[in-house]
Amino acid sequence: MSVYKPLTGAQATAEAMRQINPDVVAAYPITPQTPIVEFFAEFVANGLVDTEMIPVESEHSALSCVVGAAAAGARAMCATSSQGLALMWEIVAATPGLRLPIVMPVVNRALSTPINIHCDHSDTMGTLTIGWVQIYSENAQEAYENVFLALKIAEHPDVLLPVMVMQDGFITGHGVENVKVLDDAVVKEFVGQRNPDRYLLDLEHPYTIGPLALPDFYYEVKRQQEEAIERAKEVYLRAGEELAKITGNTYPYFEEYKSDDAEAVIVILNSAAGTAKDAIDELRAEGRKVGLIKPKLFRPFPYKEYREVLKDKKVIGVLDRSISFGSYAPVYAEIRNALFELDHRPAMQSYIYGLGGRDIFKSEIKNVFEELLSGNVDSEKQKYIGLRG
Amino acid sequence: MADKTGWKDLMRGGDLPPATSREYKTGSWRSLRPVLDLSNCIHCMICVAYCPDMCIPVVRSEEGVVGRNGRIYKGLVRLETDFDYCKGCGICAEECPTDCIKMVREEVVETSSK
Ligand code: SF4
Ligand code: SF4
Repeated sequence: MSVYKPLTGAQATAEAMRQINPDVVAAYPITPQTPIVEFFAEFVANGLVDTEMIPVESEHSALSCVVGAAAAGARAMCATSSQGLALMWEIVAATPGLRLPIVMPVVNRALSTPINIHCDHSDTMGTLTIGWVQIYSENAQEAYENVFLALKIAEHPDVLLPVMVMQDGFITGHGVENVKVLDDAVVKEFVGQRNPDRYLLDLEHPYTIGPLALPDFYYEVKRQQEEAIERAKEVYLRAGEELAKITGNTYPYFEEYKSDDAEAVIVILNSAAGTAKDAIDELRAEGRKVGLIKPKLFRPFPYKEYREVLKDKKVIGVLDRSISFGSYAPVYAEIRNALFELDHRPAMQSYIYGLGGRDIFKSEIKNVFEELLSGNVDSEKQKYIGLRG
Repeated sequence: MADKTGWKDLMRGGDLPPATSREYKTGSWRSLRPVLDLSNCIHCMICVAYCPDMCIPVVRSEEGVVGRNGRIYKGLVRLETDFDYCKGCGICAEECPTDCIKMVREEVVETSSK
């Protein structure tokens, strides 16, 4: 039976890992991901899991260990944030090419410099191009459930790619919420055993993993990888349908909140979507036609599906919690891209907010809607919410 | 992998069948050859352990082979380097405690053996 527990996002993630009971976990503590590793280490120490937990000297080693374990045939997990993700980048980039189904929760935190421990999305947005599946979570409940979803996608024979599951540093990671935790036995049955078609510890069937591929083969291997992440789109929905049976929730590509008949829609990731929903409720009470699209699956990006729901909107505002220096902000760029095929495109406005953990308030989101509805938008000019002039 | 397989038919992730390095003759890289004076060798296996290409063959010899100071070395003994794979890095020559390996330019070896 499911039970409600007061858990932080990090705790909920550790709880999901406990229920998965992976063969190997290697991670290095980094704020604000630290409690995930701490809680999980406690489960190991108390004998609640059978996991081999490998203490390592850095994130580069953490993901290296997990890659080695996954190649050997283990179900292996890691977790990180910001600078840790940056330090393991070499292996982060290598993992999708090796086609290893590793699930890694990432607690979003601003990248240095200036050094900062609070939330923005500059860490994971910096890894968009290298082939990890990325799922974003609004709250602790989603962060918890998305770990199971990620595992199903990662290990699906049509995919076999690593998956990152995001949640906002401190806001979600350290904030206590009422989380509905599934029954251990139900999760155990849902996640099953990893069943790799080949693995290095199978001594009867040796093979070579990670060999050199020069100009005559590298290109073909990368084309395969692209095909795999494309397939993850469909697998995400199927895995979501399966997960829905045990959670009662749904797992679409993005959440649509009062956007159906909305004239102005904002697109916003993770925890700020919660604030936006409150703002929308208040504006709706005043009769304003406003709504929200909250992306969940961000890689692979479901362009067509976004185009379908956004095509008739009057105006769209996209709020990004990171800057893509010298170009359009990452979420804005994708939404803008998704609309290219339309003959008549909605008006658009890109906003930056919340860098380095700067709060975003309901009043600011309401102002965004006012601005969008007033028509004072410029699709080529980035605006900044909550920035001192 | 001499045939140029298309992306749909390659093993996933560029994985390969085992032991493909056997087909790859790193000996073609060599510009310096380790020339071995077996009469000075003490079969200590230091070169064997250090060789990065595992190209110094070792066998068990009950009758033994003649080595340094005319002594007969029995048990594990090293044989002539496998030049299909020796890339001429010179590590064996550097590490050999009896200096019985000399690195000689390939063209010099070729001329003198003609
Ligand atoms: S290191 Fe020198 S002495 Fe020892 S086995 Fe090799 S060649 Fe012989
Ligand atoms: S030269 Fe290098 S590759 Fe050749 S036998 Fe000596 S150590 Fe091995």
